[in-house]
Amino acid sequence: MLKPNVLILRTAGTNCDAETDVAFQVAGAETALVHIQQLISRKISLLDYQILAIPGGFSYGDDISAGILLATEMKHKLTDALHQFIDDGKLILGICNGFQVLVRAGLLPATEGNNPCKAEENTAPRVGAVPCACPPEIAQRATLAMNTSAKFECRWVHLETQQSPCIFTKNIKARVYLPVAHAEGRFTAPPEVLEQIVSNNQIVFRYGSGAQSPLMERVVTEYPHNPNGSDANIAGICDTTGRIFGLMPHPERFLTKWNHPRWTREHLPEEGDGLAIFKNAVNYAKA
Amino acid sequence: MSSAKTVLTPAKQGQHTIKKIEMLKADDAELIRISREGTLSLNLTEMQAIQTHFRGLGRAPTDVELETIAQTWSEHCVHKTFKSMIRYSEQGKEPEQIDGLFPTFIQRATQDIAKPWCVSVFSDNAGIIEFDETYNLVFKVETHNHPSAIEPYGGAGTGIGGVIRDSLGTGLGAKPILNTDVFCFGLPDTPYAQLPKGTLHPKRVFKGVVAGVRDYGNRMGIPTANGAILFDERYTANPLVFCGNVGLIPRDRCEKSVEPGDLIVAIGGQTGRDGIHGATFSSAELDDTSENLGSVVQIGNPIMEKKVVDALLQARDRNLYRSITDCGAGGFSSAVGEMGQQTGAEVHLERVSLKYEGLAPWEIWLSEAQERMVIAVQPENLAELMDICTAEVVEATVLGCFTDTRKLQVFYEGTLAADLDMEFLHNGLPQPVKQAVWNPPHHPEPKVAGTLRVPKSTETLCCLLASPNIASKESVIRQYDHEVQGGMVIKPLVGVKNDGPSDACIVTPVLGSRKGVIVANGINPRYSDVDAYHSAAAAIDEALRNIIAVGGTLDKTALLDNFCWGNPDKPDRLGELVRAAKACYDIATAYGTPFISGKDSLYNEYRDTTTGEQRAIPATLLISAICVMPDVSSAVTMDAKAPGNYIYVVGNTYPELGGSHYFGLQGFVGNSAPIVRPSEGKLTMETLSTAIRSGLVRSCHDCSEGGIAVAAAEMAFSGGYGMHLNLAEVPTSDEVASVDVLLFSESNSRFLVEVEPQHRETYETCMTDVPIGCLGTVTKEPAFVVNGLDGHRIVETSIDVLKSAWQDALQW
Repeated sequence: MLKPNVLILRTAGTNCDAETDVAFQVAGAETALVHIQQLISRKISLLDYQILAIPGGFSYGDDISAGILLATEMKHKLTDALHQFIDDGKLILGICNGFQVLVRAGLLPATEGNNPCKAEENTAPRVGAVPCACPPEIAQRATLAMNTSAKFECRWVHLETQQSPCIFTKNIKARVYLPVAHAEGRFTAPPEVLEQIVSNNQIVFRYGSGAQSPLMERVVTEYPHNPNGSDANIAGICDTTGRIFGLMPHPERFLTKWNHPRWTREHLPEEGDGLAIFKNAVNYAKA
Repeated sequence: MSSAKTVLTPAKQGQHTIKKIEMLKADDAELIRISREGTLSLNLTEMQAIQTHFRGLGRAPTDVELETIAQTWSEHCVHKTFKSMIRYSEQGKEPEQIDGLFPTFIQRATQDIAKPWCVSVFSDNAGIIEFDETYNLVFKVETHNHPSAIEPYGGAGTGIGGVIRDSLGTGLGAKPILNTDVFCFGLPDTPYAQLPKGTLHPKRVFKGVVAGVRDYGNRMGIPTANGAILFDERYTANPLVFCGNVGLIPRDRCEKSVEPGDLIVAIGGQTGRDGIHGATFSSAELDDTSENLGSVVQIGNPIMEKKVVDALLQARDRNLYRSITDCGAGGFSSAVGEMGQQTGAEVHLERVSLKYEGLAPWEIWLSEAQERMVIAVQPENLAELMDICTAEVVEATVLGCFTDTRKLQVFYEGTLAADLDMEFLHNGLPQPVKQAVWNPPHHPEPKVAGTLRVPKSTETLCCLLASPNIASKESVIRQYDHEVQGGMVIKPLVGVKNDGPSDACIVTPVLGSRKGVIVANGINPRYSDVDAYHSAAAAIDEALRNIIAVGGTLDKTALLDNFCWGNPDKPDRLGELVRAAKACYDIATAYGTPFISGKDSLYNEYRDTTTGEQRAIPATLLISAICVMPDVSSAVTMDAKAPGNYIYVVGNTYPELGGSHYFGLQGFVGNSAPIVRPSEGKLTMETLSTAIRSGLVRSCHDCSEGGIAVAAAEMAFSGGYGMHLNLAEVPTSDEVASVDVLLFSESNSRFLVEVEPQHRETYETCMTDVPIGCLGTVTKEPAFVVNGLDGHRIVETSIDVLKSAWQDALQW
């Protein structure tokens, strides 16, 4: 089987592209770091790739608000390619700033109620094609607001894996440990949108205390376990198909045990918690 | 950007003329006036040298020429104090003549140590050392003190932006991989009524500086993982901001050259009126009117700099240019003047891309607008370079070319605005002659208590942990992204709750490889009040201790020196500088750790123009250390690991409380500052380093501010365990008898080490040649208990009490 091709999207201010690149390579993919100008000018086609990754950073300085300029550029300058890519059943991963981009572009949460794809396409998927998750007239339905601590923070967080259709977290551990580093990571949405996200099982990761506790619902886990004050402790969500996934924590920063903040005092497996996410994506694209 | 152009008034006719400065017939008073009114920071001897040169040419200099010379000869750019002839006298000794502090004490140390892994020292924008088969490392630390005093956010942000460009401008360009930041501020609880006129409150400076470094460093995607924050009332009017950057560069990209015919290409940000006269401004004292000098502070845009890095590293890998340097202090004048020093250069200022209209030619030439680099491009490579810049949406402009005239020729719209001999520009500066004197001060001594008892000594320990210099800096550290680039293996915060104070950070810059880089620092301005020699020596010892404590070795460690001093034209201040420079030579050569780069920032003084009150900072030397580690898997951290393990102190304790935090709490300085005994210290560090690499050590923490008591408390609460210690086991010099010395003395070259019972014997055998003492054990019960010499309990409390004292002090 050929290695799947991953397009790692870059623009001014992207800064986690190199380690995201390494993560996908370790997971067994062919990767390309591509500046959005090369897609806009059609020198490179998105459709030649099976996975689109939008890495962390400060795209365009996060001017106006985090991720909004890149989101607008993708929505309006890559419209057709992006829709085709989603229609083709391919995968999109947004990490940190990439998650902010996906939310601002309306690609997440993309709840059913918000899925403006024509009803007949939704109910009667084309033969041989996966159900359409593509919203042509995309509206932003949630946001990632300023942390309740009102500042940028870098710390490791415990994540509780939820039951979800997410391709990227298939068979992943029940509790995952990853670092966050952001100022605008507080996931918040109107109550009806939150309800849909919950009832569709779109929540992939919630912030937890790391203790063995029942899965939390709306209770806000105390700071700093929930590092930003997110609604329902949401750390990452997917669309209803599980093929579009965004999260604030950085899985690419925990690929080996040497990344773990306490490897000098704990017995840890060689592989870091973050690598499984990239492996799942690669395996899905191979199949 | 186009909208900005319309906001500002358009250029008036004739505004762009080049002025002649009539100085050929000027008398001394007139020369001084020209220098002062033009913010040139040139003294009379220098003005006379310029006058003589132009008399010889039979013409007056233009404003562009005079500004170029002032910038090139500024303290900031040419470091003339460190090259000056110094007549030094010390109480009771024969006067001495020193032909340059830099060649005599810094450069000579590196030459004498002669490490083969030093690739480039003191010649490029940063020092270069070997890393692995493919890469070398570059390291540079800069200061941005004067701008940060006036505009903390912008000053600190452009400080980090500037030092990143130093890495990018070293060799043919290094990829920035790590930031380090050290700040010195006034006391956070300074009453507003006591603020010197025209200065900002230390808390305001603190918050602005941290935010500036955070926003610039985080946006650049460079982990900020090492640093320090110090407080002293004498930094109120002159805060210090040290910004450092480590870069990774391919081994075959470390050399640069310029050939006549190469194009001078400016790449990056546009040029505006921000940062005019930064180089000369920072070469003078501040006073209560300095806050009005808004235009001397630059305006930063980290995303522009990120784009420049992205574009240039691609161009570097395709070999599209032959030389590169950054536009820092002095702007194009400095960058082109330095690059073309051996050839000659021709520049056309009207080609420069401007933020807005209305700049005079000399302003375009001198502007310190940020995020600009200058490269020397072979004409046949220009098209390919431009393609990269277009793809990355970065502006690049051909300003002129390098020539073989050995002249710096600057044109504006066809008119020759400057026509300077490179020889005069770079070598015409008369060597200054300065006087230096040092008389040992004598401070009152407090009474040293022979006996201490709970609860007083417990309270003292809590007070020390809560003092701003020692207290946790977590609220600052977490605002920096220290995980970006994915290679941070020993983080700035360690321990069971990820909140203990790591001695140093370790990064693996090549993902997939376990080869690591350790970065640490040492800084002890308090000891300067006793003797700047001991302060400098202790700074080196501390930086090296931090390297050793996490698993590094002396033989692969290099140093950087950053001197921040008062006015060196005052003999007593210069005397302290001589003392510190001598220590740099003595201690660096004894430890075998070469200096690879450094910088000085002088004139950190403040004058109230109404009262005439003068304030100077304490003599402050920052030593930054970098060590290459073959395999990070042998690293250790400072947090106590398991109950039942033994706690050892390594190295002798001496009665050295002068300048200590313990004396400071009581309002005293004292006279017995900690002395570095390099032969003892070297043996201790090398032996301990072997023990750590042999896997005999579970945790290790350096003893510094607050002595053994603070170090042990930090180890205990970071690990979440208690400790039961007995001071009678502390190895000492003969004359030590009092328990407060044992607890709080800040003697150098000491460590606390945790050893598992199964390794005890092997460890003790390994450490035979070094004074060690087994103080006690780590306990499961979270109590911190210390017994004195007579077996009485002198400290008894819970680790939670100690941790709260340490954590709560700076949580704002």
